[in-house]
Amino acid sequence: MRTILYLIRKEFIQIFRDKFLGRAIFAIPIVQMLILVPAVTFEIKEVNLCVVDKDLSTESRELVSKLVGSTFFKVRHATFSEREANDLLHRNKCDLILQIPAGFGKDIGKGTPTKLMASANAINAMNAQLSWAYLNGVIIDYNMNLLAREIGSRTFTAIPQIEVTNRYWYNEMLNYNFYMQPGILGILVLAIGFILAGLNLVKEKEIGTIEQMNVTPVKKYQFILSKIIPFLIIGLIDLALGIIIGKLVFNVPFVGSMGLLFLCSTVFLIAVLGLALLISTFSGTQQQFMFTGFFFMIIFILMSGIFTPLESMPDWAQKIDLLNPVVYIMRINRMVMLKGSTLYDIRTEFLALVLFAIATTTLAVNRYRKTA
Amino acid sequence: MNEKVISVHNLVKKFGSFVANDHLSFDVYKGEIFGFLGANGAGKTTAIRILSGLSRPTSGEVIVAGYDAHKQPEQIKKNIGYMCQKFSLYEDLTVKENIMLYGGIYGMKKQLIRDRTKNLLERLRFEEYGDRLIASLPLGLKQKLAFSVAVLHEPKIVFLDEPTGGVDPITRRQFWEMIYETAARGITVFVTTHYMDEAEYCDRVSIMNEGKIEALDTPAGLKQKYQAGSIEEVFIRIARPGKN
Repeated sequence: MRTILYLIRKEFIQIFRDKFLGRAIFAIPIVQMLILVPAVTFEIKEVNLCVVDKDLSTESRELVSKLVGSTFFKVRHATFSEREANDLLHRNKCDLILQIPAGFGKDIGKGTPTKLMASANAINAMNAQLSWAYLNGVIIDYNMNLLAREIGSRTFTAIPQIEVTNRYWYNEMLNYNFYMQPGILGILVLAIGFILAGLNLVKEKEIGTIEQMNVTPVKKYQFILSKIIPFLIIGLIDLALGIIIGKLVFNVPFVGSMGLLFLCSTVFLIAVLGLALLISTFSGTQQQFMFTGFFFMIIFILMSGIFTPLESMPDWAQKIDLLNPVVYIMRINRMVMLKGSTLYDIRTEFLALVLFAIATTTLAVNRYRKTA
Repeated sequence: MNEKVISVHNLVKKFGSFVANDHLSFDVYKGEIFGFLGANGAGKTTAIRILSGLSRPTSGEVIVAGYDAHKQPEQIKKNIGYMCQKFSLYEDLTVKENIMLYGGIYGMKKQLIRDRTKNLLERLRFEEYGDRLIASLPLGLKQKLAFSVAVLHEPKIVFLDEPTGGVDPITRRQFWEMIYETAARGITVFVTTHYMDEAEYCDRVSIMNEGKIEALDTPAGLKQKYQAGSIEEVFIRIARPGKN
């Protein structure tokens, strides 16, 4: 035990003696948090709309004014030329074209069904679908108005319809920051420790100090622990900083237990630090570690469900994700912070992380050779 | 001088089909300064790594400080010190921090580490360097310090793999004075070197060539046997028999 303390002390001295590193380990997560949380969002605020109104009737104007009135659309262009509209779409000057054919108003007046055409820039499929859905909403609304007006003029009986009242649980305002911040927390805790711990061990290999260590009676588990614990502590401090920023800057609620979140993050950190050290036992140089490390980090993060819902991934990808520790911490963070989930609610995820932590650290200790 | 601290019989180390150590046999005694010579690639470093528990022998009996190198390498590590030219102390720690670290690793009590640190710095006339980073010290000082740290825990044996490489003659002399003091305290010094004048300072010298020990005796004995004026001549005859 004393040996580990001496080793940990040495790691801390080395980390903080490096002026850049000593500051960066705290500055980087703060900056990440401030930039990423508000930046990474799926909310679409302004869809640039181009209207090709070939009808110019009261009805078509009414529809366009409804679109102008919505906060979602900005009617940037109005033209009579389909070609000009397509050209605007092509040059990214607009995202969506709405074409109102001649005779639109007349058809409505006569009560015959009529048509509209919308063309969306679907390079970003999600954006296109969302814009289209919003546009559709506006048109349905307009449609209902027309119907009501028409029917109302004939009879006083109400039109039977189902009205859905909804309430968004856990994030009532649908605030994207609330959704992203707990996820970003997971990533910032991962990134710093994973890279630094892995590089740290390989660096000792490169400069040869590990050989001097290997010839001492230091036990393998002591050495590995001495590489995990400092970065675990730093990771937890970063987590605390992240939570504070979330509260102060983004006002992200924290419904659940702080202790539970720290417990889970501790297990998560041990798991990923163990993995980083395992990789570094295979790597001879810092470059090799960075290569392999990035491979894992990118897959872990992009498949973690922070950007895309896990449920929409193909089956095989979801199976791979069973081996992705970031998935679990992402879920735990969101559930604990926003829903106030208890350990019982997150038991599956927690258990998965525990298994991970045991597996990676055991493998790292086993793989580490004191016979260089 | 009769207590054996290293006992090697028919040590063989193979890397694939390459035989790096070919049936080495020798004994080293307590308090002895044992010179381990050989051309580059003769297999010295391989042997020293086996003796210090960093590598396992392929076959043969290897007992170091009373422990078997096959089965008890970690026990061996508790009882030896090791210093290598390339691998030294942590450059980004101060002199005192390095001493504290290695003292702690060998399980020394804090007070004992403090006392020895003070002692060591005084002996090396190093007091003003205690809080300097290793990186800022000249090579000679680093090497002397690394040696002092290697024997800080009073091991039975200290292995020195080319400890004076790249060091100026004055520092080399001081270094050998330290080696004598250490041996006088009863610590066996097992040293490899490329400097033949240094070989003359050893109690006994072995000369390796192509994985085998070709000669082992006192410097005087070797010179007599090979009718040579210096160990250097002996070495050249053994390492390059064609040029006799």
